[in-house]
Amino acid sequence: MIALETHDLTVTYHKRPVLYGVDVEVEAGSLVGIIGPNGAGKSTLIKSIMGVVPHSGGWVKVFGKPLADNLHRVGYVPQRESVDWDFPVTVMDVALMGTYGKLGLFGRVGKRERMIASEALDKVGMLPYSKRQIGNLSGGQQQRVFLARALAQDSDLYFMDEPFAGVDAATESAIIELLKEMRECGKTVLVVHHDLQTAREYFDHLLLLNMRLVAYGKTDEMYTTELLQKTYGGRLTILDEVAERAAKTPEAKHEI
Amino acid sequence: MMELDQDSWWMVGMSFLVALPCALLGVFLILRRMSLVGDAISHSALPGIVVAFAFVGDLSSPWLLVGAALAGLLVTFLIEQIHRHTRIKQDSAIGIAFTSLFALGLILIRVIIGDKVHLHQDMVLEGNLQHVAYAETVGVMGLDVPDSLIPAAVVAAGTVILMIIFYRVLTLSSFDSGLAASFGYKPAVVHYGMMAVISVVVVSAFEAVGAILVIALLILPGATAYLCTHRLKLLLVLSVLHALVSSVMGMYFSVWLNGKESAGVVVAGTGLFVLAWMFGPADGVVIKAVQRRNRKLDEV
Repeated sequence: MIALETHDLTVTYHKRPVLYGVDVEVEAGSLVGIIGPNGAGKSTLIKSIMGVVPHSGGWVKVFGKPLADNLHRVGYVPQRESVDWDFPVTVMDVALMGTYGKLGLFGRVGKRERMIASEALDKVGMLPYSKRQIGNLSGGQQQRVFLARALAQDSDLYFMDEPFAGVDAATESAIIELLKEMRECGKTVLVVHHDLQTAREYFDHLLLLNMRLVAYGKTDEMYTTELLQKTYGGRLTILDEVAERAAKTPEAKHEI
Repeated sequence: MMELDQDSWWMVGMSFLVALPCALLGVFLILRRMSLVGDAISHSALPGIVVAFAFVGDLSSPWLLVGAALAGLLVTFLIEQIHRHTRIKQDSAIGIAFTSLFALGLILIRVIIGDKVHLHQDMVLEGNLQHVAYAETVGVMGLDVPDSLIPAAVVAAGTVILMIIFYRVLTLSSFDSGLAASFGYKPAVVHYGMMAVISVVVVSAFEAVGAILVIALLILPGATAYLCTHRLKLLLVLSVLHALVSSVMGMYFSVWLNGKESAGVVVAGTGLFVLAWMFGPADGVVIKAVQRRNRKLDEV
């Protein structure tokens, strides 16, 4: 089954295209890493799929239907820095926000929602902190709360924007365990990811992006020098060369 | 102990009725970092009122509220347009948009209303609670209530009801507009909806406290409560409490010093803010000093 299908997805900011013609089909049950250099449009891609950023062309289908018809099956985890962590809400409040999507506009938060939120917090090991104000958490804990909120959404398809940014090693491995568990349960997860090294072990599929779709496929097939160079515009080798030269001539430092 | 006469208590009531919706909305203005937009709306309401007055010719007509609400929406729209389509940032855009509309309002007062009607510029700026004392009364539940309290009560009740209904939407879209948008809550609708309600509230507060002091009613309660708690629901309750206490204290102030009532309310509110700044249980100066000391002792 196809969980996500985009056709010719194009996004422009101030009349400048930042993403063009993205065609991709993601099988349900995939754990996908979205990889590319800074400014490649990785966040923009998932935001435009979610309808948070409007697209100027193309279309998106989720489980065979337009996004609007299947909104409740899609979960979104924005970048941690995108929100104000001084906001006067507790860990529990944030986890509860995950249930808002299914509650609709006028539903009330009740026992059922609290149960769902508690379970989700428990899963990421944040239940003991549920009464804490979110500002009094470490970066890793904040990211876990965001994940708990996503779990509380109970969606089939998830988009996560840099969930590993600025978290400690323990949280990183806890998150990846959780993502793999979600995949086992048949969920489809797309993750914007920065680190090329870890991408190989974390994800079963990679989406290589640099304003256009460079390639999409199984991780092993994507990990070729040619494709990665195409994605990073040859910058990888340049960096390698610079690093190599610097290593060979330690005096070079002084010249700079 | 100084005694307040009945008229003064009606003024306290009026002051609280306009301060209550301001306090609730102000909490969300602060959380959305849009406090200055409240400033903009309160000033740009003026041309809306004047133009509406030109059509209906009656200063107590509810159409003035509609005109002011439209002007409030216009100024928020202008701010959005300026900062989205030019390199001008939002703070400058606010400075341009509301002063222009306010100036336009001042000119329109002369052109449209002239000297026919009692709409003084200083009244527009600082309001006057004493209207309550001279107002006609209507019987409500056996009490002779000054009639100007009725629309204020309706606006206050309406705001409270809207707040209860849309509490979740407002909270989520203020905290995480991305997730809110992914749930299908349209950020633009939430934004302009809130601005429309603020416009109505600000205008209903106009006669009582004027365009400048209403900004204090919007910001002070929420800011004070913010220093006292980190829980949103409690924060809203505390901001309402602030509105109530500063209305009562302000009236005592103004009777004691024989000063202007609306200014007394704001000065009292500022006093409460300073208290919270010093002794606020969440972020006060004292509690922070104690926490620092404890931390140092722990380290030793």
